This record gives sequence, structure tokens and C-alpha cells, in this order.
Amino acid sequence: MPIQVLMPALSPTMTEGNLAKWHKAEGDAVSSGDVLCEIETDKATMEVEATDEGVLGKILVPEGTAAVPVNQVIALILEEGEDAASLDAVVAAMPPPAAAPAPAPEAAPASAPTPAAAPAPAPAAPAASAAPAPSPRPAGERIFASPLARRLAAEAGLDLAAVAGSGPHGRIVKRDVEAAVAAGVAAPAPAAAAPAPAAAPPPVAPEGAAPYTEVPHSTMRKVIAERLTYSKQAIPHYYLTVECALDTLLELRGTLNDKAGDDGVRLSVNDFIVRAVALALAKVPAVNASWGDDAMQIYERVDVCVAVATPNGLVTPVVRDAARKGLAAISTEVKELGARARDGKLMPEEYQGGGFTVSNLGMFGIHEFAAIINPPQAGLLAVGAAEKRPVVKDGALAVATMMTCTLSADHRAVDGAVGAQFLQAFKGLIEDPLTMLL
Amino acid sequence: MAETSFDMVVVGGGPGGYVAAIRAAQLGLKTALVEREHLGGICLNWGCIPTKALLRSAEVFEHMKHAGDFGLTAKDIGFDLGKVVQRSRAVAKQLNTGVGFLLKKNKVTVFDGHGRLTGKGGLHVSANGKGIADLTAKHIVLATGARARSLPGLEPDGKLVWTYKEAMVPDVMPKSLLVIGSGAIGIEFASFFNSLGSDVTVVEVLPRVLPVEDEEISAFAHKAFEKQGMTIHTGATVKSLKKAADSVTATVEKDGKTFELTVDRVISAVGIVGNVEDIGLEDTAITVDKTHVVTDEWSRTGEPGVYAIGDLTAAPWLAHKASHEGVICVERIAGVPGVHPLDKALVPGCTYCRPQVASVGLTERAAQERGHEVKVGRFPFIGNGKAIALGEPEGLIKTVFDARTGELLGAHMVGAEVTELIQGYGIAKTLETTEAELMHAVFPHPTLSEMMHESVLDAFGRVIHV
Repeated sequence: MPIQVLMPALSPTMTEGNLAKWHKAEGDAVSSGDVLCEIETDKATMEVEATDEGVLGKILVPEGTAAVPVNQVIALILEEGEDAASLDAVVAAMPPPAAAPAPAPEAAPASAPTPAAAPAPAPAAPAASAAPAPSPRPAGERIFASPLARRLAAEAGLDLAAVAGSGPHGRIVKRDVEAAVAAGVAAPAPAAAAPAPAAAPPPVAPEGAAPYTEVPHSTMRKVIAERLTYSKQAIPHYYLTVECALDTLLELRGTLNDKAGDDGVRLSVNDFIVRAVALALAKVPAVNASWGDDAMQIYERVDVCVAVATPNGLVTPVVRDAARKGLAAISTEVKELGARARDGKLMPEEYQGGGFTVSNLGMFGIHEFAAIINPPQAGLLAVGAAEKRPVVKDGALAVATMMTCTLSADHRAVDGAVGAQFLQAFKGLIEDPLTMLL
Repeated sequence: MAETSFDMVVVGGGPGGYVAAIRAAQLGLKTALVEREHLGGICLNWGCIPTKALLRSAEVFEHMKHAGDFGLTAKDIGFDLGKVVQRSRAVAKQLNTGVGFLLKKNKVTVFDGHGRLTGKGGLHVSANGKGIADLTAKHIVLATGARARSLPGLEPDGKLVWTYKEAMVPDVMPKSLLVIGSGAIGIEFASFFNSLGSDVTVVEVLPRVLPVEDEEISAFAHKAFEKQGMTIHTGATVKSLKKAADSVTATVEKDGKTFELTVDRVISAVGIVGNVEDIGLEDTAITVDKTHVVTDEWSRTGEPGVYAIGDLTAAPWLAHKASHEGVICVERIAGVPGVHPLDKALVPGCTYCRPQVASVGLTERAAQERGHEVKVGRFPFIGNGKAIALGEPEGLIKTVFDARTGELLGAHMVGAEVTELIQGYGIAKTLETTEAELMHAVFPHPTLSEMMHESVLDAFGRVIHV
């Protein structure tokens, strides 16, 4: 995570100052002790020295800006090994200056929300860390977590990079790990759900029964249990797995994101997946269907559900008419739905219905998995991590970024060959991503 | 007429209310505080602070009595009860003035009167039965506190049967004293009067003294009190009090048998009740459960725009809990990002009897009842150089860990100055430290705090000094 340079207080009573001059430009190397900029108050002008090493990644407050509040972030320094892409996530996650404490006396009461409208106590997760997109934190980024959170995560086999922190300054604390473990269990991934018997605490009761605490079921938990039990018992699942090469897609994504600029939409790999699923469903409409007692229901519109792990359990908000939406529109919608899903603020029409579901556990480093179908849908695509793997290319061993996807399909509605056609179409779009820009 | 429209009005100027008001003002809310009696509330005027002043006098007196142990000579030692009380009142007065200054500095408008909700964000303030202001506010925080509970047949009369209030300003030194209730309030007064020479008897209805503390700590304190000359009856009930001109005869029932006890004075310290009367709760959606207002984790009551904090609400009934709850309530209202509800397992408790008792988090038994497999560490004061040098070799520091995760679940202490030590474990718990960081931390020598380290080491079989 880039280092934040804050507006310093030059005296105990200083509340704001002017940013007079930057001595470093974006992209300049910075080492500890270098003069970064000059700050002036009504009393004095003072040089601000860097306390960290790296590259000045972004200047957030241009020179000549007056009345910059103390502790506002004025620049970001990239540490060694960090790439500039991480800047945007930080900028996006930063609260707008107005949200800072100690607002102007007149402004505060007016903007003070009533409790009903106040921000939900649920962790305000930065979108990047818990969103269902294969975007773990860049390697080497420092993760702030309490000692207990680290130990609980290690015990649960959970990668802290995939956990959003709700403690002071985004620190990961016990409750975040507990929520992440619970959310992982809620995801339709049987492999992740079953706690290994060996990890259970040693029994204390003479009969050998392990001690436990009872957590009453929430309504959501009950619904998840009921629907997935029904699905696994009533739907004859079969599974088809395909490997997709991602290098071209990643290159295209990089180009598009570079062109998008600071205000543009930053596309994730997951956005491409959702778009490819939508187009593949349009091409093989038999998969976009539900088994009914008397007739097959073939959907006339492509509505794709995206599985989102929330502290309370799994929810699947719907991207409506996804085949007619571009990557940017899908990206914006998925981010927005995901954020509200985690805050528990989705409207029923936003998570009900849908013809097909995408579940992505790539950010947890899951190689591949087979998921349970989200009834009454007939198919679900389980997406694994994008990872560099040895592949045979033109008869020689090469390294490529690969992603394994597994289709779970309802054999009553979708025969194996039809499922295979769908995956073929999907793989074609992913490996030749320009075709999905059309 | 002063301004009557505010963003926030706080009713009650105790440690919950005045802190909430100052925090609200810091956050830019236009804030008023309504207080009917003393700024600083019971805590500062009739509770925490003046009792600490009294107990300090008792402590110095104890040291004087044992001057010989330190190679010192003190002859004709004694005390003037009036002056001891006078000092205690002066301390309270000084701090009361200080609170007024802090509120003024933060531009909180103070109304000296009694507040009563009138619905829809309205609050009527009266003094001596006359209305002095009608305020309106988007948010009203009730922080009216609590008062001594009175049991039928044992009602305090202020002369022979005291509450904490009379006990704090005694006009005579009772030769013998019965304290009913061995919670923090009862046991602190028992300690004070015992040190000054009263013949003190404590009657506790529960099976042990300081019933909220860890059982081992209760037992340790019980022994120490008896060694100092107190008589303690646990699992016992005072059935009735018969008053004479200058004495009271109590009928005490224990193990199915009754006996009589005649004492000069009685202190009733059988708990508290919330001040829920005459503040306009009747016509609101606010729920009251056993004299305490029911709130959610953000201190919201059933009535929109009305909040309640501190002793008026659920336990623990401690000044620092009230303050912290007030700050969280206000920050939530002001939309400060990153605010979390109060975790009551992080609220320490301190009792200033002799020896002192302090704790934070779960007792060993509570931890087991919640399904934790525990590791428990203990370290006695007798193994600590500083404790010996201070002449305070009696005490115990006990730590309770989750055996699986190493989470510090609770810490329990009895002995000299432990009320000043407990916060170390409080910070550790708040930062979610495990035994590894506590073992890794360097504790300065020679201090009592070294025992906090040793207790952690002991829990994991690595103790050095026993």
C-alpha cells in the first residue's frame, strides 16, 4: 500500500496551511530526509521532509493550494516493488475531505446523519480487498493486522490479503477474520466449507466430544442452507472444467485501464468474465434456462448473478441484461452491487431472479472448485485463480497465465454437449477478448 | 433568553454526560448540557473521586501505624475526621469547578435545572418547580445516572442507616459499623472505616465478597480483609434493622440460622437503581427494564432521536464506561468514520479497598463457561522485588488465556497499586495481543508491573521468579 504523506501541523494550534511549492515531481525518487515540499502558514514557511523511501507516486494537493487541513493526504509515495496501479485503489478508498472529523461548525449539524441514515456498522470494506474479483493486494504490500487476527487467520488457512480491515486505519482485527471465515464457509464451495476434523480443538469431554459454542441461525443462514440442500439433492449436477489462457486479456485490460485515466472505470478480470459469460449465454441460450415441472423456461434476457461473500453470508446480486452492457457498465454495476451487498443494503429485486451465476474464489488462491447450482438456474460457473502455469505452446514448454473454470450444470435442462458448447464459447471470448468489445 | 435550539442536548452532567457534550462540541455540534445538581455528577462529587480522597487519608494513616516497619518513628498518631472529610470535599469542589471550565471552553451551553422530554425533540428544563427553558434538539442524550438502591425494611434514614452519601461525610466516627453489600462501594467504605479503627462487619448475600471478580481474587481479598480485623458473613441476609437512639440492631440470617448484631451505624450498599423518574419517558417508545433504559449497541433508545448512556443504561455501572459510551454515541451521530460499539469485555473495573482489586475481561470461570479451553497464569506479590521493597508482599496477578489462540481473555489482580496496573492489560486486550507479544514486551525493573509479565509467562509454563 503506498505511503500517505499527510499535511503536517507546524505548531500545536495549526489547523490548516498553504501548500506553497513542491520540490519533487511525480515519478521522482525520494529518500528519507529529502525535501518534498514547502508549507506556509500565517506565521512561518517550513520544508516538509520525506521520512520514507520510494518514488513520489502521486501529488494529490497541487502547489499553490491554500487552506489545506492538517492531516489531509497531500501525496502518495510508492515503496519499492509497488506499481502505480495501487495508487488508484488508495485514492478511491480515501474519504472525501468533507468526511474528516472537526468540520466547520455550521456545516456539521446539517450533514450529521440521523442514525437511520448513518453509515452501517458493517466493515466499510475497500472494494478491492473483498470484491469477487481476482485482485489480491500487490505482493509485498504491508498488511496491518492485530496479532490475534494473524493467528486466527493462520489457523483458518486464510490469506490476510483477501480480508478487509475494519479496525483503526483499516487494521484487520479479530471480527474481520471471523467474518471472512464465515463468508468463506458461506460461499458455494464445498471444499472450503468443510472444516478439517484434524483442526478441531482437542476434546475435553471424556466421551471424546469436542467442546463447541452454539451460534443461532440467522434467517439468511437458513435460506442458504435450505436452497443449497435442495439444489444438491434435487438437481442432477454434472461438471465440466476448462482452462483459459489469460495473457491477452490481461494485456488488453492493462491498455484499457491505462487509457481510462484517473476518472475512468478500472476493469477487473472478473468484469471480463461476467461479460464473457453473458455473451456465451447469448450464443448458447439453452444454458440460460430453468428446468420446470412441465416445461423448460428459456430466458429471453441474459441476467447474470455474481456471488458476493458478505459478513452475514452469501448473496448473489444480479446484473440485468448483461449481454447488452459493455465492460465499463458491468464493472461499475458489479462494484456498486457488491458494496451494497456487503453493507446489507440490496433491494430484493437486486438479488432475486437471474438465469446463471458466476462465483469467483480466485482471490483466495483457489485453483479450481465445483460449486452448487443456484436454483432454479441451470448453470453456474466457478472461477479459480489467475496464475502462471507451465503450458505446452507450439510443442515447447512455456509459461502462461491460466485460469481454471468449472461449469456446474443441471443435466435435466442442459445436456453435456450443450454445456461444453457454452464453455467453448466462453473460453473463446476470454482468450480472444477483443471479440467481446464488439 | 438564551438560545434554545441545539443539535444536541445532553441531560445529566456526570462523567457520561459532560464527556459526551464536550465531544459533541468538538465535532461541531451545537450542544447544551442540562444538570440539576452538580457538574461532574455522582462520580466527581459523591462517588469515585471523594472516596479516593478519603481512602488516601486511610492509607497514609495505615503507613503511619506501621512506621516502625520502615525504621521510622511516629508518636501520638491520630486523625481528625472533620479534616479528613474536609479534604475530600475540597478535592471534589476543585474538580467540579474544572468541569464547568471545560464545558465553557468547549462552548457547551449549560442549563442548571431538571430536564424532561416533551416529545419530538423537545426538552423542558425546570428549576425549583419553575420552567426556565424549553429546548429543542435533533438529538437528546439521556445521562441521568443512578442512585443507591433501597431494600424494604433496610431503608437508609441518613442518620443511623447511611447510603454512600452520608458515609462520605460522617459526622461521627462509628465505633462499630455494619456494611450491607460487598460490591465496590460497600467494600471501599468497609476498608476506610476499618483502617480508621471501626469494628466493621460486612454482610454479603452472595457466596463471596466482590462477587463480580474472579473467584480466586475474591477469596484472596476475603482473607486479607479478615486479617485486617473485618468480620465477613457471605451467603447471609440482613432481615431487619431495629433502631435505637444511637445504635442499630440488625437481624442477620445465615445458613438457616439468625443472629443479632448491634452497631453504631449501618451502610447500605446493595446496588443502584437508574434515575428514570420524571424525565418524560412515559409518553415515549423508550423501554425501561428494572429501572434501566434499554438501548441498542449505539445507545439508541426506542424513541428516534433519543439516546441513553452510562448508569441509566445496562451494566457495567462505571464512570469510564459511561464516558466511553457517550463518546461512541456522539461520534456515531456525527458520522465519524470507523466508530465501533463499546466492547464491554474491554471495560476494566477497579476497587480501591485495601488491598486494591482490579480486573478486565473474563474471569476464569466465565471463560470456561463460554467454551474456551484456558491457560491460566498466576504470580504472587511475594516474588516481586519492588513489592517487597514497598512493604506490600501480599497480592496476586492472574491472567486467563485462550489455550488455542493465545488471546488474552481476562486479567485479575489484587494487591498494592493494581488499579494503576490494570490498564496495561486493557491496552493489550484492545490491541488484540496474544501471549507472544506480552512475553516479548520488556517490563521495567524494578516495578510491580514485572508481575504482569511473570503472570503471562506462568500461564505458558515459563515463569522465572517462583
